[in-house]
Amino acid sequence: MISMTVNGERHKIDAAPEMPLLWALRDHLGLLGSKYGCGQGLCGACTVLVDGEALRSCQIPLGELGGRQVVTIQGLERVSGRLGIVGRALMAAWVDLDVIQCGYCQPGQVLTATALLRANPAPADADIIAAMDGNICRCGTYQRIRAAIRLAAQRLAGAK
Amino acid sequence: MSRRFEGPSDPGRRAFLILAAGTGAGLTLASVDAVAGLGKAGGDLVANAFVAIATDGTVTVTVKHLEMGQGVATGLPVLVAEELEVDPADIRVEFAPADAKRYNNLFWGPMQGTGGSTATANSWQQLRKAGAAAREMLIQAAARRLKVDPGALLARDGAVIHTASGRRLAYGDLVRDAALLTPPADPILKPVSDFRLIGKAGIKRADSREKTMGAAIYAGDIDLPGMVTAVVARPPAFGARLKSVGKTAALAVAGVVAVVPISSGVAVAADNTWAALKGREALKLDWTLPDARASSEAIRRDFAGLLAQPGMTVRSEGDAEAGLTAGAKRVSAVYEVPYLAHAPMEPLACVVRLSPGRCEIWAGCQFQTHDQAMAAKAAGLAPEQVEIHTLYAGGSFGRRANPASDYIVEGVEVAKALGVPVRLMWTREDDIAGGYYRPAFMHGFEAALDGAGLPSAWRHRIVGQSILDGGPFAAMIKDGIDFTSVEGAANLPYAIANLKVELHSPKLPVPVLWWRSVGSSHTGFATECFLDELAQAGGRDPLELRRELLAHHPRHRTVLDLAAAKAGWGETLPAGRGRGIAVHESFHSFVAQVVEVTVAANGRLHVDRVVAAVDCGIAVTPDVIRAQVEGAIAFGLSAALFGEITLKDGAAEQSNFHDYRCLRHSEMPVVEVHIVPSTEAPTGIGEPGVPPVAPALCNAIFAATGRRLRRLPIGETVTA
Repeated sequence: MISMTVNGERHKIDAAPEMPLLWALRDHLGLLGSKYGCGQGLCGACTVLVDGEALRSCQIPLGELGGRQVVTIQGLERVSGRLGIVGRALMAAWVDLDVIQCGYCQPGQVLTATALLRANPAPADADIIAAMDGNICRCGTYQRIRAAIRLAAQRLAGAK
Repeated sequence: MSRRFEGPSDPGRRAFLILAAGTGAGLTLASVDAVAGLGKAGGDLVANAFVAIATDGTVTVTVKHLEMGQGVATGLPVLVAEELEVDPADIRVEFAPADAKRYNNLFWGPMQGTGGSTATANSWQQLRKAGAAAREMLIQAAARRLKVDPGALLARDGAVIHTASGRRLAYGDLVRDAALLTPPADPILKPVSDFRLIGKAGIKRADSREKTMGAAIYAGDIDLPGMVTAVVARPPAFGARLKSVGKTAALAVAGVVAVVPISSGVAVAADNTWAALKGREALKLDWTLPDARASSEAIRRDFAGLLAQPGMTVRSEGDAEAGLTAGAKRVSAVYEVPYLAHAPMEPLACVVRLSPGRCEIWAGCQFQTHDQAMAAKAAGLAPEQVEIHTLYAGGSFGRRANPASDYIVEGVEVAKALGVPVRLMWTREDDIAGGYYRPAFMHGFEAALDGAGLPSAWRHRIVGQSILDGGPFAAMIKDGIDFTSVEGAANLPYAIANLKVELHSPKLPVPVLWWRSVGSSHTGFATECFLDELAQAGGRDPLELRRELLAHHPRHRTVLDLAAAKAGWGETLPAGRGRGIAVHESFHSFVAQVVEVTVAANGRLHVDRVVAAVDCGIAVTPDVIRAQVEGAIAFGLSAALFGEITLKDGAAEQSNFHDYRCLRHSEMPVVEVHIVPSTEAPTGIGEPGVPPVAPALCNAIFAATGRRLRRLPIGETVTA
């Protein structure tokens, strides 16, 4: 049995320690917002926040998770503190600008952007591109993603 | 603000609604449709059910098309809302069950499906009539209730209003009475000038919130009691046959429940995805390789050989051969594009549940009724015993519109073999190496210019595999010509007196398929680059030459002029930067693009900006259209810069996003989309933004460097 904390809740999972976190989230915990896109850490569709850092859940074996806190897209809406404030601002901006198309990569995009804005509340365009470059979107919503990140950053700055 | 969108997240909801309608609790309207001029298919145009209004006033619109990101769940309900006089934000959207009679694509005959950028165009009359019929019935019911003439009543904001007295009856209050009326056969549609939703800003996407929140349901998210997850080990070369299966090690993997050979390979089923993947790795499989094993090198050699020989005549005007000889100047070039994978973000997946006399399938189907028939065949059932639950697709770009219904058939075969519900998953490696590619093509051009530098002869020879050949749609091949190989070239719009287009369709052991913009994905590239070469050879500005040769094509000229004006065509750029232009008609829409690039001294290429002008008739939901063109530009750039499947010994050499590169954030240019105002009926928009990108890019690189690039992909650098 492997213990893990996801979206603030403790879980015990009967799975091999080498099983990637992605499959535990999806198959064991039913947290379906984390998507499989490549299984190699190349596309970012499976991104989750691990202690606030955007990581590829397909590349994290369960046995290496330790006591770190995992937040998925399902948890972002209600997670407390700065992470939640930033995440919710980003989701609102995403909806306001109608960023999504097929939607499959978007939870990963939102979570990567959350880690960015939490660490850097006023990112330059180059910072946004550098942070987001590992998240592929085949629908090509990149321009709107950048705009949504800028919008959320502006709103968060204004709310201070 | 947020639209009530419950369709694909709740597969049980539809059954409930149908039941509710059947008990008389609501009103289900059949919209009679006989769309003269638009419905060009041979099949009957029969009554369709699209609009339901519940007694609480809830309006449900049934969407017959697949939502794969292109916005049908947003745009199609707007067509209903415009006529029904309701706020589209209040509409519930549901995806239709597979039904070739009620939910057929009106352009395709008795087949339900999404593709060819037809969703809005084929629904334009049908859904407005569906909304107008409902409105007329509600007004009729209100007229009887209020004992007034229907002409004294007005529908607005979900209610019928008696303008003289101000009395107002909500739709929900009228539903029971209206349900007793006969639907009007030919409801009156609003004139374009009265539109309050269609073409207006401010329509929000129906699926933004749930997709942003990670709550949208795709096939891989469906979980049924007793379900197993299966992956399939497929042949190591196209056409290889299974010789023997060593399954002991696979079965020893914890969680693996079964290993079963199916028609496409060997399936490994497990109680979780990870175990299925580990089990597949542990298989010991022996294959018999086919004698004919495709290799890109050999294919290129063969194609080049065919370019030297006359092909089947696709189009012939004047005398191209004589014109070539008589011209003042001769120009020739060969253009080349590779096989391409679709690589939608969501790899193929479906969930199948079999029970006696019944098969249920959950998938992001592009060809619902075709998949239904193929699943029925695999299950040993009749098509009507197969129920398709269409879910969101995480992209598709044509991949889920496969005449072979490959992943659906696999799911049914595994479910049949195991007797339990199955979630059939493809990995990214399965997807990239799995075939059904956009075919590789070679284009050979010979042209002559007259003394004024204008093209007087044009011979275009096209070599590449037919998509339709050997499949269920092969009857669409006419006189040996597969139109999907030549569209965009056969209808070249330029006024050239002596013109010939020829085709070779060599047969190869590589499965091929339509890929966003189909034939135009390569004909647009080749023709628009070569026209640029003719402009250069004739000493003419690329925009001016196009305008001159398009004197009888005002819609081409309008988008060219708009894109050129917005992009600052003709303004000087610093050294190392360049601007290129291209225009292309596809799916009855017209798109021009101006691409601006920077090529650094070391050859490093950056696409800075793309300005697009689009004429797709009436722009139903302008922001969705802008999004489609933004996305098409990213998709086209991915292919132009990086996309290439190479074959060796009968198999693809690429396997995942590291060697099948797709455009990333850092490579996305600034994109501007300008929509031409129009009163023409809507035409396609999902695909037409793709074809102009690659040629405008290569023309821009020429402008920046003087170097003509004639073979895609370009890569990250332009070397001297």
